[in-house]
Amino acid sequence: MTQLWDFAGGIHPAEHKHQSTGRPIRQAGLPERLVLPLQQHIGAPAEAIVAEGERVLKGQRIAEVTNGMGVPVHAPTSGTIESIARLPVPHPSGMDDWCITLIPDGEDQWCQRHPIADYRKLERDEVLDTIRTAGISGMGGAGFPTNIKLRPPKDRKVSTLILNGAECEPYITADDMTMRERSDEIISGLKIMAWILRPERCVIAIEDNKPEAAAAMKKAAEGTQIEVVVVPTKYPSGGEKQLIRILTGMEVPSGGIPADIGVMCQNVGTAIAVARAILEGEPLITRVVTITGEAVAEPGNFDALLGTPIHYLLSQAGLQEAQLHRLVLGGPMMGYTLNTPDIPVVKTSNCVIAATAQELPDPEPEQACIRCGQCAEACPMELLPQQLFWYAKAGEFEKAEHLNLFDCIECGACSYVCPSSIPLVQYYRYAKGEIRVQRAEQLKADRARERFEARQARLDREQQEKELRRKERAKAAAEAQAKKKAEAEQAAAKGEAVDEKAAKAALVQEALARKKARTSAESNAQPVSTENAAPDIPALEKQLTQAKSKLETMQSMLEDAKAQQADNVDKLERAVAKNHERVKRAEEALAEASAETTPATQSTE
Amino acid sequence: MALAQQSSPHARKARSTSRLMLWVILAAVPGLLAQTIFFGWGNLINVVWCIVIALAAEAAMLSIRKKPLAFFLKDNTAAVTGLLLGLSLPQFVPLWVSAIAVISAIVMAKQLYGGLGSNPFNPAMVGYALVLISFPVAMTTNWAQPGLLWESAPGFGETLNLLASGQQTVVDGYSMATPLDEYKHKIATHTAAEVLEHPTFGEGIARGWEWVNAAFLLGGLILIGLKIITWHIPVSMLAAIAVMSLAFGNNPDQYAPVSLHMLAGGTMLGAFFIATDPVSAATSHQGKLIYGAAIGILIYVIRSWGNYPDAVAFSVLLMNFAVPFIDHYTPPRTYGHHKARRGVPGKTQG
Repeated sequence: MTQLWDFAGGIHPAEHKHQSTGRPIRQAGLPERLVLPLQQHIGAPAEAIVAEGERVLKGQRIAEVTNGMGVPVHAPTSGTIESIARLPVPHPSGMDDWCITLIPDGEDQWCQRHPIADYRKLERDEVLDTIRTAGISGMGGAGFPTNIKLRPPKDRKVSTLILNGAECEPYITADDMTMRERSDEIISGLKIMAWILRPERCVIAIEDNKPEAAAAMKKAAEGTQIEVVVVPTKYPSGGEKQLIRILTGMEVPSGGIPADIGVMCQNVGTAIAVARAILEGEPLITRVVTITGEAVAEPGNFDALLGTPIHYLLSQAGLQEAQLHRLVLGGPMMGYTLNTPDIPVVKTSNCVIAATAQELPDPEPEQACIRCGQCAEACPMELLPQQLFWYAKAGEFEKAEHLNLFDCIECGACSYVCPSSIPLVQYYRYAKGEIRVQRAEQLKADRARERFEARQARLDREQQEKELRRKERAKAAAEAQAKKKAEAEQAAAKGEAVDEKAAKAALVQEALARKKARTSAESNAQPVSTENAAPDIPALEKQLTQAKSKLETMQSMLEDAKAQQADNVDKLERAVAKNHERVKRAEEALAEASAETTPATQSTE
Repeated sequence: MALAQQSSPHARKARSTSRLMLWVILAAVPGLLAQTIFFGWGNLINVVWCIVIALAAEAAMLSIRKKPLAFFLKDNTAAVTGLLLGLSLPQFVPLWVSAIAVISAIVMAKQLYGGLGSNPFNPAMVGYALVLISFPVAMTTNWAQPGLLWESAPGFGETLNLLASGQQTVVDGYSMATPLDEYKHKIATHTAAEVLEHPTFGEGIARGWEWVNAAFLLGGLILIGLKIITWHIPVSMLAAIAVMSLAFGNNPDQYAPVSLHMLAGGTMLGAFFIATDPVSAATSHQGKLIYGAAIGILIYVIRSWGNYPDAVAFSVLLMNFAVPFIDHYTPPRTYGHHKARRGVPGKTQG
């Protein structure tokens, strides 16, 4: 006997499974039109690759994902594309999304199929690619693309492959009936997946309330390494995390995936889809759906083409419309209500419950929480549901998160047992949603702040650089000025020293020179060379022209800025004023210098 | 076709709060029966009286708070508060004293804090502690003398008359000190053998009290069997009393023996019916164990070294204070986590 572990909490809701296991799986047949949502998987939505009015063959790819993760959609039968439009799709919000509508022509004419006789001869990646091309995504509920799941990260070796046939939710019998009737196909699919993953252990887990299914699977698995393990019936044993705990005693780390601990779970329906894709070359175009509830006269399972409207299946199961009170897609624990039976079956639709008012009555009004703790006893994740409820209601999301709100799998066990009829799961969904919104906003705010700070830093840096350049220029100018002054003083001092020693001689000489000069000026009228007395005048002139040209560019910049109403007008104005001064100073310096040189020239001559 | 729109889960099979409370009331019946058999009509009359006053006080407060009467009254929680007070007050306590206890329990301890689910303190014990402090004479001198209902004690009519009295002390002839009281006050000057000669102890451990406690134990086991309460609080509380008694008070000439601690006074009623009040108790299993054990320790400490012969009310109330603290540090380890996330956000381990 295989060793089994127990998981915490759990409940035993009334099973209601017998009503839909009495009849074999029925072929649903061809409805008038098929509606195929472009997004039936987790990831990027597929894009239509057919046009309205185009004739397509059964199994022909009609939508493909070109960017990002996702799988294609195929025509479930041959016919004409009627429209590509937004229509109601299976979603808790009752929203519309892009769908391809196909009018079957009744011929059910297949496109070219490419069965693989011996997949073992192929590369694993080729087989995975065939699985992707066949449009297979997990059929248990989430709809994760199977080819991606079957290729876990390189550092994660899958040592245990689990085929999840627990089907722990009440009412649903799709996997049960599939295992009873199609066990060989399941084993074939499982073998392909095992060949891809090469696990050490391959287990099919079935709850002990499905003895027929377990017997069929055991028979089909005879002579293989595959173990068929019967696990005790307790909701939610079919939850991935719970089933892994039951079978291995290990726990999937919070926030991680089963592959982190070397485990992978696959669904029964997915195994069949893989088998058909590889061995028959058939893409995923049908699935088994349980149609049950007290409002249908002949509950049972239907092999339905994807895109079949739910109302078509309901009428086949003998819907008594007057009795219908609530229409649930999925199980009574985790499914969601539909506001119209007009939506199509998709890859993840496993069950439709047409319930009467007595069967699933409207909930009692919510009472105060008395902290009785029944929820904590029922919680399979070992959370504190009442505390989470308290914090969710009070808007203290930080505390709710601290108590591991995001580990909640929304199985509904807590709400099921709550004596005060508190819709606990709804509170958790609300809190999770609010936290996600807050996180998104926080991220947005962070990015905006980063952008702002980066811009501010850039502006500051530019300003500093400008300032530095300005200072350098000012320093250079000051140095030049100081040098010039010093030279002038030196020259003056030299002159004085000479004068003192030979003041009289000089005076005499001066007088003589004046006389000479007068005469020479009169006779030659030649311009007087000033070179040796004032060598800085050309430099000053150069400075002046530079300053003037700078002033001009500044002024033109200022005008531009004014015209554009830029915010640096003030700065430019100040800069222009400064340059004005600079020009003035340069002019004065030049004037001074030339004034000084004139008498010197006279004295030297 | 208007289809009902609901959030999952769609299936529910919960025992309603009112059903749970009804079970609590029913589980207390054996104890009440034993009380009536051994201590006369006093408890029964008080239980009925307290429930009536509790419902009236609850209704009055609900209408002041503009809440729907029927919806809240049918949850039976006010009735349980009344019941618990009726069971724990002395048999001959005057009706006006019990009325004050009940009214303060419902009005102050429960409704003023926001009604069901919002009260940090056990309402019945707030009422009990309030009258114990305010009317010590009424609360200590009115314990009935043990004896079989059909042999001794005042009859139903006479009991009713006595209870209607406006005095604190109702009657001398029919009352007697409780075994815990007697032991506590005599043991300082007498030997254990001498103390136990007092008729309040009877042939066994504590006449009448032993049966009453056994009956409450039975009721408590029923509640655990029905999964209305978990075993954690009663077991840890009783274990703590036993351990304290064996560790500190194993000399019967100094301290009451462990048998008396377990089977006299309000031990079993407290362990299974009072300390387990979910609203004011700790929530996780670990928290419940700590909470129950601390109550047990406090009961022993107050009984042995404090001023009061019994201490369920004070111990429960003191631990009610500690519940938010205990809850912060005793969350369970969630699936997929290495250890529990204790403490408050921001200052955490794990």
